[in-house]
Amino acid sequence: MEEILSTLINGLSLGGIYAMIALGYTMVYGIAKMLNFAHGDIIMVGGYLIYVFMATKNPLIAILLAVVGCVILGVTIEKIAYKPLRGASPLAVLITAIGVSYMLQSLAQIIFGSATQMVTVYEFGAVKLMGATVQISSLVTLGVTVAVMLALTLFVKFTRLGRAMIAVSEDRDAAQLMGINVNGIITITFAIGSALAALAGLFYLLKAPAVSGTMGAMPGIKAFTAAVIGGIGSIPGAMLGGILLGMVECISYKITAIAPYTDAIEFSILILILLVRPTGFLGKKRREKV
Amino acid sequence: MRIGKFKLNHYINYIVIGILTLVLSVMTFTGSRFDNSLLFLLEKMAISIILAVSLSLVVGFLGELSLGHAGFMCVGAYLGGKVAVLLAPALGNGILTLLISLLAGAAVAALCGVIIGIPALRLRGDYLAIVTLAFGEIVKSLFMNSSDESFGGTLGLDTPRFDKKYLFIIAFVLVLITLAVVQNYIRSKHGRAVTAIRDNEIAARATGINVTKYKLLTFILSAAFAGIAGVLYSFSNYTVQSIKFGYNYSIEILVMVVLGGMGNINGSIVAAALITWLNTWLPTKLTGDLAVLQNLLYALILIVIVIYNNAPALKSFRDRYNLGNLINKVLKPKADPSHIKDDKAKWDVVPTKISMDEILSIDMKQQSGPDPEQKGGKR
Repeated sequence: MEEILSTLINGLSLGGIYAMIALGYTMVYGIAKMLNFAHGDIIMVGGYLIYVFMATKNPLIAILLAVVGCVILGVTIEKIAYKPLRGASPLAVLITAIGVSYMLQSLAQIIFGSATQMVTVYEFGAVKLMGATVQISSLVTLGVTVAVMLALTLFVKFTRLGRAMIAVSEDRDAAQLMGINVNGIITITFAIGSALAALAGLFYLLKAPAVSGTMGAMPGIKAFTAAVIGGIGSIPGAMLGGILLGMVECISYKITAIAPYTDAIEFSILILILLVRPTGFLGKKRREKV
Repeated sequence: MRIGKFKLNHYINYIVIGILTLVLSVMTFTGSRFDNSLLFLLEKMAISIILAVSLSLVVGFLGELSLGHAGFMCVGAYLGGKVAVLLAPALGNGILTLLISLLAGAAVAALCGVIIGIPALRLRGDYLAIVTLAFGEIVKSLFMNSSDESFGGTLGLDTPRFDKKYLFIIAFVLVLITLAVVQNYIRSKHGRAVTAIRDNEIAARATGINVTKYKLLTFILSAAFAGIAGVLYSFSNYTVQSIKFGYNYSIEILVMVVLGGMGNINGSIVAAALITWLNTWLPTKLTGDLAVLQNLLYALILIVIVIYNNAPALKSFRDRYNLGNLINKVLKPKADPSHIKDDKAKWDVVPTKISMDEILSIDMKQQSGPDPEQKGGKR
């Protein structure tokens, strides 16, 4: 019983991390209509920035600087690599994004070496909950993710900027005609996505205190899976997909017979969902026009 | 260049690779002994060329991104290697074993191509890229967790040792076969259908092209040749480890295709040879942490070339300075305009509606003769 409970809570917390990354994916995909492959690697940059700024010995300052650093990086990438390709074929944008992802990974390995670095941000400790030992950091992760999701939903629904985002995602040309600064909106979206990625990097460090150049690649792909499961472009969908995927992963790790195949199981779920319901659980269907 | 009906451009790659193969095989059979590392490099180049040409089929001509090409290769390498292991005691390490395992690897990879091709019918672009990536990871994970007796698990599968002396010749013959199949596919009715689907799927469907058939066919062909490359790899390397066929390897193949120019087979061949050579040469220069510089180089190649080739803002610059124009300028310096007759130059331009009217009116005037008053001045 205790084991089941702790597995569930671990699943929820891992799902929270995936949801956090998936939120960034979903916002960028919804508004810029591109799969930002480098999103996962911004998590890694966030992790390294926290590692560097932990020299100040103050976790809050380190986290703040890491978020700011990631936002600057995300916006720079958008301006240099993605903006020149606006209006070009989606294939070109996708390949550039893969190039950026690859570049960030190799730059990190050049700067920090290929060995894994250890960094402890903050020790939250653990509590006993109905007989099961639960890391407080897991609860913090989950709480912050839910709060961020709610805040984003409200932001998109009720602020001028948020509604401008919806307008751009619905029809970029029409939005431009209505006087919305489309480029500005896309930049802001990238900034928000990168900030979320930095927070996801923080949660990874709370879960396992190690940073390496490729730490973001796998979570990035899995979070995209989560975003697709929930329905890309939908904020609650990203949350749902993230939690679902985190649960599947933690439960699968607990069952010895299928534990080595966990990644394969998650990706098979992705393929199945895309085949059966390509728009995910909460996504909207779009008709393609000539 | 044309010599009668024979278009040199269409066959230049067969001729170059064919002559190279012929020279090297004659040297081998007359007793020249090549350095083992050179043989290994040649085999690797052949494998890369097959991979790049087959990926180019999907990326350059169908216009879909496949990030699981290494996955198809992995399937081919393991299955082909396993068949060779099973057959070697009965048939020996000869060419027969190699041929059968090549066929087996290609067939199983083609089957995987069908499996991936079916989602490809419903999905486009980013989603398809992720599905192919997922496929690659699933394949890698399945082989990595296989039992020791079946596919060797994490240690990998050891394959029979084929005579190194002749393997590269077979590899290059396979390159020629790949080129023959892929180029004929592209230059036929099928190829035009595939490029029509790339340019506008809905319009292609509307003109009666069977999109399902051509998409599946392209995926199957591409996967089958990746499988062949995999079998070659297993023979060239003596051992197959699933860890080699990860995402990074798929990206490396993609770099070859992008560097060569998407949809340009000759370019892919040159780029594949170049990147393979860089892969063996750079690690001797860059050691330790600098080894990552190689990945950085590939990343920059991807970003810079794609932005240069696709950015809408750079279009006029591209048109002015593209490689073909520059080569033409060097080959035919100072085209003297006085030699070009007006009449000839006009046929190069496809007449638009307005210019067609002008041409017609000029013809009418000439026909109506020098005296306009005879017909009342107006046509």
